[in-house]
Amino acid sequence: MATAAEVLNQSERQRVGGDPTKVTLQLRIRRFNPEVSEDSWWDEFTVAAHPLDRLVEVLHEVKWRQDGTLSFRRSCAHGICGSDAMLINGRNALACKVLVGDVEPKVTIEPIRGLPVLKDLIVDMDPFLEGYRSVLPYLIDDGSEPDKERYQSPEDRHRFDDTTKCILCAACTTSCPVFWGDEGYVGPAAIVNAHRFIFDSRDDAGRERLKILSERTGVFRCRTTFNCTDACPRGIEVTKAIQEVKRAILFERF
Amino acid sequence: MTRTHTYDVVVVGAGGAGMRAAIEASDKVSTAVISKLYPTRSHTGAAQGGVCAALANVEEDSPEWHAFDTVKGGDYLVDQPAAQLMTEEAIDAIYQLEHWGLPFNRTSDGKIDQRRFGGHTRNHGEGPVRRACYAADRTGHMILQTLYQQCVKRDVTFFNEYYCLDLLRDADGATAGVVAYELANGELHVFRAKSVVFATGGYGRMFRVTSNAHALTGDGPAVAYRRGIPLEDMEFFQFHPTGLYRLGVLLSEAARGEGGIVRNKDGERFMERYAPTIKDLAPRDVVSRSIYQEIKEGRGDGPNADYVYLDLTHLPAALIEEKLPDITEFARVYLQVEPTKEPVPIQPTAHYAMGGIPTDVDGRVVTGADERVVPGLYAAGECACVSVHGANRLGTNSLLDIIVFGRRSGADAARHASETSLPEVPADPVADTLARLNGLLTRDRGEGTPDIRKDLQDMMFDEAFVVRTEESLKRAEQALGELRERYDEIGVQDKSAIYNTDLMEAVELGYLLDCADTLVASAAARTESRGGHFREDHPLRDDANWLKHSLANRRDDGSVDLEYKPVKTGPYIPMERKY
Repeated sequence: MATAAEVLNQSERQRVGGDPTKVTLQLRIRRFNPEVSEDSWWDEFTVAAHPLDRLVEVLHEVKWRQDGTLSFRRSCAHGICGSDAMLINGRNALACKVLVGDVEPKVTIEPIRGLPVLKDLIVDMDPFLEGYRSVLPYLIDDGSEPDKERYQSPEDRHRFDDTTKCILCAACTTSCPVFWGDEGYVGPAAIVNAHRFIFDSRDDAGRERLKILSERTGVFRCRTTFNCTDACPRGIEVTKAIQEVKRAILFERF
Repeated sequence: MTRTHTYDVVVVGAGGAGMRAAIEASDKVSTAVISKLYPTRSHTGAAQGGVCAALANVEEDSPEWHAFDTVKGGDYLVDQPAAQLMTEEAIDAIYQLEHWGLPFNRTSDGKIDQRRFGGHTRNHGEGPVRRACYAADRTGHMILQTLYQQCVKRDVTFFNEYYCLDLLRDADGATAGVVAYELANGELHVFRAKSVVFATGGYGRMFRVTSNAHALTGDGPAVAYRRGIPLEDMEFFQFHPTGLYRLGVLLSEAARGEGGIVRNKDGERFMERYAPTIKDLAPRDVVSRSIYQEIKEGRGDGPNADYVYLDLTHLPAALIEEKLPDITEFARVYLQVEPTKEPVPIQPTAHYAMGGIPTDVDGRVVTGADERVVPGLYAAGECACVSVHGANRLGTNSLLDIIVFGRRSGADAARHASETSLPEVPADPVADTLARLNGLLTRDRGEGTPDIRKDLQDMMFDEAFVVRTEESLKRAEQALGELRERYDEIGVQDKSAIYNTDLMEAVELGYLLDCADTLVASAAARTESRGGHFREDHPLRDDANWLKHSLANRRDDGSVDLEYKPVKTGPYIPMERKY
């Protein structure tokens, strides 16, 4: 194994904050403001940015230096809070997890699809959250809790690990063609959050959730396009989780 | 147009502390939560490494050892009865989270697993102890999700994307409610309430390099400060040693808990020189100052010789994948560094405010050296100062703080509300707020928020960061005066009533300036070094003169008036802080 000093002396490290050469990024952003017009329109901006800069910082650069009316949601800016899901060059992603180098020289940014646009890149999250709430997204048990923690084996804990990562950013649900077309469909994120409890050994309401998800608005609307898995910024295997829920309904195994 | 709502309890902020308070209060009295973010966007979700309690699941431990570590970690500025209470209540608080479904990592026999963290020791400093309960390196995410799930279950009322702009008090000073701005349409709302709980988080955005979200602008502390509430111990800000270089994004202390090592450009494990007993697991203030010293003496790396490294390359890749997946992804995505193969460039990052709105252990806001209770006003979490963190917070004690004191403040806010009648709000309660917003909206040619904010962040990073001196703080005071003059002429470009984030950013900058005023004034007065406050010109702790809490009061002209109150001492006698 290399010594730490040898490791530290790799030339690659120069790229970290090293050469500050900026590139030019052209942005095309879909705008909307009901106070201005009933229709959306496109605006174009040019920004000089470092290839390692996050796209959300480029949007700030536009808002802070060029057009203060540009509106979008953001908070943590490192992929944890889930505020800044957008349609970026035709694919759903968090603007804080896309780097300038990934998209330059041109990027097109639109609001995520399937939810009403309220202003620029801001959409109405309520329909999305209604789907989430409909699957009973909380632990339900018989109330006989021990004085200490309940025991759960590492294997049982691992069973639903992937779906605990969800940050409710809506990137999956708003990439789903079925969700765009079918107003009743609860969408991938709701199913992910149902999965998180259905496969938790401590939960007693799996059957109830499976009943909800077996209805017309539930999992069988899914056409397995894998858009959701591609869109998830947390790397959750969304389609796999949906398939597991489908199987649980068909074979009552969970 | 102004709308009026009436609740028994109004909670401002929907992070861990706010939602924990809301769960407690909403079981008993009518409760609403107003939050400028959707609850699951709150920055509790960014906390990574763990939440501590002396469960003794993997090795011997006790709440008393935990209390000692908390007091010593806080450089003896901790109110010891509060630390004792928190560390005792920690155990049931963790069990409750588990009962609510929090997916903790487990030991092979199914118990909640625990790991090492900075400053957590067995038997008063003999060596590291495994005390941090965790869910991979997304413990805060799981706490935030679990609390939100419990709020959904209880059908707690949320007003999302509402900004708190003012605190209302009646003629006797009792809490009467808050004024809020609805981002979606620009309407003002008066929330009348018998109890108000501030749980608005920190204000790290006053610094250029910070782990804090854009939203963390000190809204609660600033709103309270403008209405006569002092701010306690504002000079104590925690600079976390392992921020991702340039970005400040947090790399959890759990990385060192799992065996990660901090190295300088020569590859030297320099913490062996600064903290010979627990080395890389020394508390954050100690490690951040050591990094500063290394960089100052020319052992930083990079084109500007201004970063050091967090080295995980000797750890098994499977362990990194299982226990530190998120932070390794941050390094890959944002610096394009592969942490299993190469060390990660890091620098100290502004992370956590130890100071804030002064409270007692029930979350009740208290003013003055004699701790007079403000009826109906509460604060919990990072925006509050109980004080359990003293001059330097121990890792994992923040998530513990929010669940213990979130619960206690929610409970007492409900008790207070059930015992009192609704206070009268002042005549025309929105007048001040409306005047402020109209000033911002009608000024056409004012300088914009971004330049003033950037100058504030650069200045605070240069003058009031890991190391401070009398001169640097004088320069900071001067600069803040100039920034304030520019701010008074600020203008916003967006005049829209719909989702006017331009306007709200201007309001938030005003909050940051208030918090910075109190931080700099408190730091300039404190001629000693303690915990997160390091004065190069006064490098030693001075218990004879400074074992006391600062209280920054706002004078009518906006200047800061400092007073002090004693630390609540206990069994732990201040001694030299060695690790």
